[in-house]
Amino acid sequence: MKGLLPDLDLVRKDFPILERTFDGGETPLVYLDSANTSQKPQIVIDTMVDHLERHNANIARAMHHLGAEATEAFEGARDIVARFLGAPERDEVIFTKNASEGLNLVANTVPLAAGDVVVTTEMEHHSNIVPWQLATQRAGATLKWFGLTDDGQLDLSNIDELITPATKIVALTWVSNMLGTINPIAEIARKAHEVGALVVVDAAQAAPVLPIDLASMAEEERPDFLVFTGHKVVGPTGIGVLWGRRAALEALPPFLGGGEMIATVTMERSTYAPIPHKFEAGTPPIAEAVGLGAALEYLMHVGMENVHAHEQAITTYALERLATVPGVTVLGPADAAKRGGAIAFELDGVHPHDVAQVLDSKGVAIRAGHHCAKPAHQRFGVQASNRMSSYLYTTPAEIDALVEGLEYVRTFFKLDQ
Amino acid sequence: MTAANLEAMYQEIILDHYKNPHGKGLRDPFEAEVHHVNPTCGDEITLRVHVDGGKIEDISYDALGCSISQASASVLNDLVVGKTVDEAMTIHEEFLRLMQGKGQVEPDEDILEDGIAFAGVAKFPARIKCALLSWMAWKDATAKTLAEEN
Repeated sequence: MKGLLPDLDLVRKDFPILERTFDGGETPLVYLDSANTSQKPQIVIDTMVDHLERHNANIARAMHHLGAEATEAFEGARDIVARFLGAPERDEVIFTKNASEGLNLVANTVPLAAGDVVVTTEMEHHSNIVPWQLATQRAGATLKWFGLTDDGQLDLSNIDELITPATKIVALTWVSNMLGTINPIAEIARKAHEVGALVVVDAAQAAPVLPIDLASMAEEERPDFLVFTGHKVVGPTGIGVLWGRRAALEALPPFLGGGEMIATVTMERSTYAPIPHKFEAGTPPIAEAVGLGAALEYLMHVGMENVHAHEQAITTYALERLATVPGVTVLGPADAAKRGGAIAFELDGVHPHDVAQVLDSKGVAIRAGHHCAKPAHQRFGVQASNRMSSYLYTTPAEIDALVEGLEYVRTFFKLDQ
Repeated sequence: MTAANLEAMYQEIILDHYKNPHGKGLRDPFEAEVHHVNPTCGDEITLRVHVDGGKIEDISYDALGCSISQASASVLNDLVVGKTVDEAMTIHEEFLRLMQGKGQVEPDEDILEDGIAFAGVAKFPARIKCALLSWMAWKDATAKTLAEEN
């Protein structure tokens, strides 16, 4: 199969959890829930253990060997993130606890006033809807959104009505976590920048699979802010990233106050540290940041171009195979080239929870529910859906196992009787 | 999860109630209407209760969700309509005891009838909320009805 990672067997050996079995060894794990969270390679696990066993100390304040080592490891992780994103400057990388916190940081600090407009889209994860609802409600501003076409693309037909001089923020996802759609970030950013709006990109699903090189993007097409989370890029939970253009970050007031984010403090007032520390109050998740660094090094070693090609090959195969199962309807773009590795689908006559439960009895792990994208489900008139999602360790045989599992679901619920 | 556990969960009785739910649809008259959701999975139910003279005269509902949540609403309707509020609360408590019993509770068939089919569901923590959605909605609606009466 063209595009598959040539060393797929070796890659799989890097992920110890893929050896898991159930039912006393009879049922191997088929993990197709990577858009929910990815599995972790041994190098990430080992790096975190090594950090905790040998280098643990608080950062940027401990005047001893371990403090220096921990600080170097933490700041080293920031350099790796900057390299992974092609960030113009390493100090533009802010560590957060996840993508949601990154979005909340911007939504809570960006100045908004009555009459201002924030634009988002109907395919967002709740984490790129709710913070903007809160922000616009607080400011008396208005929230508007791009609708979706029937094939799961952004409906850009009314872009001139949505993006106007009143628009201060355009917040959108790069890759949909439900529909898989890859959005035209450059085109929308260019339009938003023409009216002076800031562009906030949720890259939680994009960072795992798309090669990103911010510095090489034309400035007018580059987002002003971009967030992603560590646990979806083979890193640990508890660590995420907000990247922001230096001037855009510097224009924002601090989000959380506390240790490490200050320059000086008196009882009356404080001055703040320069970025990135201005946005990193308190002791950060140090071992998690170090783990994220190892994760991104791993992905860059495999090569994001190769990861992307693998994802496309598996997605193409999965779309073909799912089409052979009677009663299956895939939501979102039918063309693998236009989508990421998450494929949401309905199985006519069986609720997604029941599909997922029966698949689980065969070791096949998928997600069922609204995937934190209720408005997108509503748009397509479905209350919940099944979602399979692959990653760099997914094999075509695992897609076959899913399809066999779905045939078993059909038999179990007697759909042909 | 073994195939045996799967069969235990999806008893024929549950699948029958799922395919042919009893008492489904919203009806008049009613004294209270509630809307409950399971925020983790999005299952929803709108449920109305009609109580007259201390007796549950009707439970009508409109629900979206999995086989477990749908079948559970149907069984609720079977068990509780026609009972006094006190009797219904006893049935509710027995169902709750079964669902929260981690699969270790021997249910009282005299009280729960078809409801004992949910014993297998109690072994799956993620699905207990599905089974309880309609029962919690009913309790809430009934409490509202009684509060208004007083």
